[in-house]
Amino acid sequence: MPLFQTKGLTHWFGGLQAVNDFNIQLDGGELMGLIGPNGAGKTTIFNLVTGVYKATAGEVLFNGTNLVGRRPHEITAMGISRTFQNIRLWEEMSVLDNVRLAHHYRLKYGLLDSIFPTKRRQAAEKKLTERTLELLDVFKLDPYANERAVNLPYGAQRRVEMVRALAAEPRLLLLDEPTAGMNPGEVVQMMELIQWIGKEFDLTIWIIEHRMQVIMNICEWIKVIDFGATIAEGTPVEIQNNPRVIKAYLGEEVV
Amino acid sequence: MRKYLMPLLIVILFVVIMGVSWQGLVDEYVQLIFMYIGINLILTVSLNLINGYMKEYSVGHAAFMAVGAYVCGILTVWLFAQDDVFGAPVLPPGSAIVLFPLILIVGGIAAAIAGLLIAFPSFNTRGDYLAIVTLAVNFIVKSAIENIEVIGGPRGFMGMKKVVNAMTTVFDAPWILFWTFTWAVIAFWLVRNFVSSTYGKGIIAIGSDEEVAELMSVNTRKIKVITFMLSCGLAGIAGGLFAHILGYVNPGTFNIMKSVEMMVMVYLGGMGSLSGSFIAAVLFTVLLEVLRPLGIFKWVVIPTFLILLMIFRPSGLMGDRELTDVFPQLRTWFGLQEKEVETHASVSD
Repeated sequence: MPLFQTKGLTHWFGGLQAVNDFNIQLDGGELMGLIGPNGAGKTTIFNLVTGVYKATAGEVLFNGTNLVGRRPHEITAMGISRTFQNIRLWEEMSVLDNVRLAHHYRLKYGLLDSIFPTKRRQAAEKKLTERTLELLDVFKLDPYANERAVNLPYGAQRRVEMVRALAAEPRLLLLDEPTAGMNPGEVVQMMELIQWIGKEFDLTIWIIEHRMQVIMNICEWIKVIDFGATIAEGTPVEIQNNPRVIKAYLGEEVV
Repeated sequence: MRKYLMPLLIVILFVVIMGVSWQGLVDEYVQLIFMYIGINLILTVSLNLINGYMKEYSVGHAAFMAVGAYVCGILTVWLFAQDDVFGAPVLPPGSAIVLFPLILIVGGIAAAIAGLLIAFPSFNTRGDYLAIVTLAVNFIVKSAIENIEVIGGPRGFMGMKKVVNAMTTVFDAPWILFWTFTWAVIAFWLVRNFVSSTYGKGIIAIGSDEEVAELMSVNTRKIKVITFMLSCGLAGIAGGLFAHILGYVNPGTFNIMKSVEMMVMVYLGGMGSLSGSFIAAVLFTVLLEVLRPLGIFKWVVIPTFLILLMIFRPSGLMGDRELTDVFPQLRTWFGLQEKEVETHASVSD
């Protein structure tokens, strides 16, 4: 059974068909790329998978369970987590809290422990803080642990967002334009980081990206969509030479 | 030992206020102000959960205060006092001294259940639109009470003084003052615990970006229900105490003005700051009384003061910071550990 699969995923915004019969299969461990011109429906697909939107038709299967109609926090708890195209950290919270909160669903205590400072709560919080600090340490973010997220440099905020997604302990990680707004040096670092994360945390990574440099270098398989429909898929080399992709990106005359 | 300084300070303050009131060193008017401060402390910290931490707009918090006030008032009068409507007391009046705190909690629970009236709409709407819902709830509760003839309708409901008298007959002490301050301390303690736990910080995440909170595994609906119930429950308890301070309640007290007063205190202190709530509740209550000689001009001076404050400190006195953030040396006073990790802000990315 594949780890993740969509079957005929379709979504309408009113009269506009944003996603049309989208099919994908991830067996686990791969690095999948999703590209397409602006407005092609890439982020919409991520939103459908994570439960932000409810698909008009089709299925999203994760470990054989259909995710359509489930609430986002349930889907995250099942093992899919994501980052965002525009950084969306909880700005006024500390970096430590930002990452700690991604553990919300597996907190080992409930309402009463949160209102009364019980032993169980203290033990759980202490363990969580330790684990979070370890994770921050790995990403060289520990100096910022108590800093408000909004005060961090741009590149560090991107990393915090990624750490937060990892703290939810996903099996499938969705990255929505992880190198948006970065300078060439940062892009190279981020590419290495993504490949390293995939191996280190034994993750399946699905990535939306505009930079061809990134997608062509790190992805093993690429899907291209335009106007909500899949127009091509294949290895980076195949995609580079596919006339339909070139047409979608550069226009008719070029081909 | 400095760890115990803050609890010790609270106990000393508590004992001093109780002592001077008990021995009659301050007159009834000052005692009344003490009690109003206590009530406003509870109300401010409770509303701060919704408007401050969760960044929703509840503009009808007086409704839940009203629910608590009426439920507590009716229960105590029914149980402990001779009354025109309810007849002879059900229990010996003296037992009020023991049962009063339990009845306060019942009033709080009733208000918490009423809080579901805004908790459920908050799943689908937020911001200005939820504000309209809370406004509507305020009017619904007020009109509902006005139309229930058996509890006095618009004339109000009285008889709580008899209950308070029954308590002081058994043992002469300023009971309501005692419970008001006890609950003020409990309210701050509960809310502090809640918002400092990772579980409770879910509401700060909701306030900051609700969609991301949900995507990062926070069950936002559950947390919202909990927060609204906790907040409304505390407001209900404040209402129950308020009813027994005055000895009577009437629906007109719990109008939109009362709700606005609570909001003013929250925004004055700073959204999402407990220290701010404390300072604002004390300051605002005292200010209202100090400026009383100005008569109607009080309502020119105070709003002017608020406008100036919002110009010079747009996010309230404390913003979303606590005293311990501004003066880190205070951390030990509150029994907090040093920051979990030292930050080196100079480290470059």
